[in-house]
Amino acid sequence: MKAMVEKQIEQLGNTVMQMLQGLGDFTNFTFKTIFWTFKPPYRFKLLFEQIYFIGNKSVFIIFLTSSFTGAVFAYQIYVGMKVINADSFIGPLVTIALAKELAPVLSGLVVAGRCGAAMAAQIGTMKVTEQIDALEVMGINSYQYLAVPRILGATISLPLLSAIFLMIGYGGSWLIGTKLLQIDEVIFTSKVSDFMELGMVAEGIIKATVFGYLIGIIGTYHGFMVQGGAEGVGKGTNMAVVWGMITVLVVDFFLTSFLTKIL
Amino acid sequence: MNEYSIEFKNLVKTFGNSTILNNLSFGIHKNKITTILGFSGAGKTTLMKHILGLTMPTSGDVIVLGTAINKLDEMSLREFRRNFGMVFQYAALFDFLTSFENVAFPLREFTKMNEEEIKDKVLKLLDSVGISREAAYRLPSELSGGMRKRVGLARGLALDPHIMLYDEPTSGLDPITTHMVYDLMRDTQLANVKNGFTSVIISHDIHATLKYSDYIVFMEKGTVVEHLDVESFKKSANPVIRRFLEL
Ligand SMILES: Nc1ncnc2c1ncn2[C@@H]1O[C@H](COP(=O)(O)OP(=O)(O)OP(=O)(O)O)[C@@H](O)[C@H]1O
Ligand SMILES: [Mg+2]
Repeated sequence: MKAMVEKQIEQLGNTVMQMLQGLGDFTNFTFKTIFWTFKPPYRFKLLFEQIYFIGNKSVFIIFLTSSFTGAVFAYQIYVGMKVINADSFIGPLVTIALAKELAPVLSGLVVAGRCGAAMAAQIGTMKVTEQIDALEVMGINSYQYLAVPRILGATISLPLLSAIFLMIGYGGSWLIGTKLLQIDEVIFTSKVSDFMELGMVAEGIIKATVFGYLIGIIGTYHGFMVQGGAEGVGKGTNMAVVWGMITVLVVDFFLTSFLTKIL
Repeated sequence: MNEYSIEFKNLVKTFGNSTILNNLSFGIHKNKITTILGFSGAGKTTLMKHILGLTMPTSGDVIVLGTAINKLDEMSLREFRRNFGMVFQYAALFDFLTSFENVAFPLREFTKMNEEEIKDKVLKLLDSVGISREAAYRLPSELSGGMRKRVGLARGLALDPHIMLYDEPTSGLDPITTHMVYDLMRDTQLANVKNGFTSVIISHDIHATLKYSDYIVFMEKGTVVEHLDVESFKKSANPVIRRFLEL
């Protein structure tokens, strides 16, 4: 009995130690990537490739997610609002929800799933096949060459994708609202412009930028941490997706409470 | 002039509680091919990483071409690494680039050569390792293991290094390809020998080693058991080496 308790305490201790170690590694990685971001040579070509890659990989699914989210959300709100005869408020309600919350968070989840995974897989494969050592031997810093363009790429791309999400989501709700639910087009748009504020759009854009940065750093970190063969790459990829998504959701909570105070 | 291009002085490396390299002091001859032999886990790769400064000594010094590599700051070290060409166990070609672009990569990064000059140089290098024009524009995933290794060799040679390092260049290759790679390593050595060129090979292939090397370093558990020219090595009375030779 005593031995078993001891063993469990030991296991708990090991888990805590591992987590602390991981946190230390992650912090270290974060600082290193920041350092190398500002150190020349600046690799703009790699950055544009990443922006293109992230956009290319995500734009279709962003299109799909946003149009349906806008449409379905408009319809759901209509059902509630109709009861109190406030169905003309569908426009602003949907748009505000999209701008402040849905666009950045859903875009973030999509990009975490697609691009965070791809980052970890690409870098992890390079790690286990010694391609990263090969870079270092040639005197090229692998953080600067592989991590920095991906992190910046995600930081720049996600707010753009989130803006696309917002516009298409708005389009979806407009279609459902005016065509299917027969709200007057002029009323729909004028109500939106009455209630929407620039700060709300800004809130979404700031959130998306932060999410993009975090997804980039989590994806590349788990790539660099890969150990062992193909199995290790699979594990790293999985970790990148899981932690990317968790981070988006948790950070969203704190960002919301912070940004609503200042904006 | 110094007869060694690489020297280890009281080199100790520990990871946690385990000592991986235990007080090594020896030199690797200039103008020669030296092979590092030893059982798995003897510390061969760790030793090679010290030559490149990818791993730093716990104590002691690693002197390469007269420079204590463990005393260089990060930027000078990166600069210094251009003296090396390295061929990795599985070639480590960049999988997002064609053979041509893999060989061109160090030239684009580190020289001011124009597109024309790069093309000339890359095709010449690929020719010298027997890679056809057609294969030059394929991705590594579309090449055989032996071809990849040859492209890796061409890439390692691109910047005209003074020291070539090969980590198990032939493991996992068939006997014919193995000898082709060895021939290439020897030809590379001979072609550059007047410039003080040095080749260091990590290998498990005792027969090829005896045939192609000038010197052999035999490592066991982080120490150098023997460091001899090939003829003396063949006559070594050390029981561990005898066992290795009789394989
Ligand atoms: N980064 C590291 N951290 C901890 N231990 C390490 C590290 N690198 C190597 N080792 C240990 O050092 C020892 C020697 O490893 P090394 O890779 O140098 O052996 P090797 O002689 O190249 O073996 P092989 O022939 O199998 O490639 C091994 O026991 C290995 O576990
Ligand atoms: Mg090894």
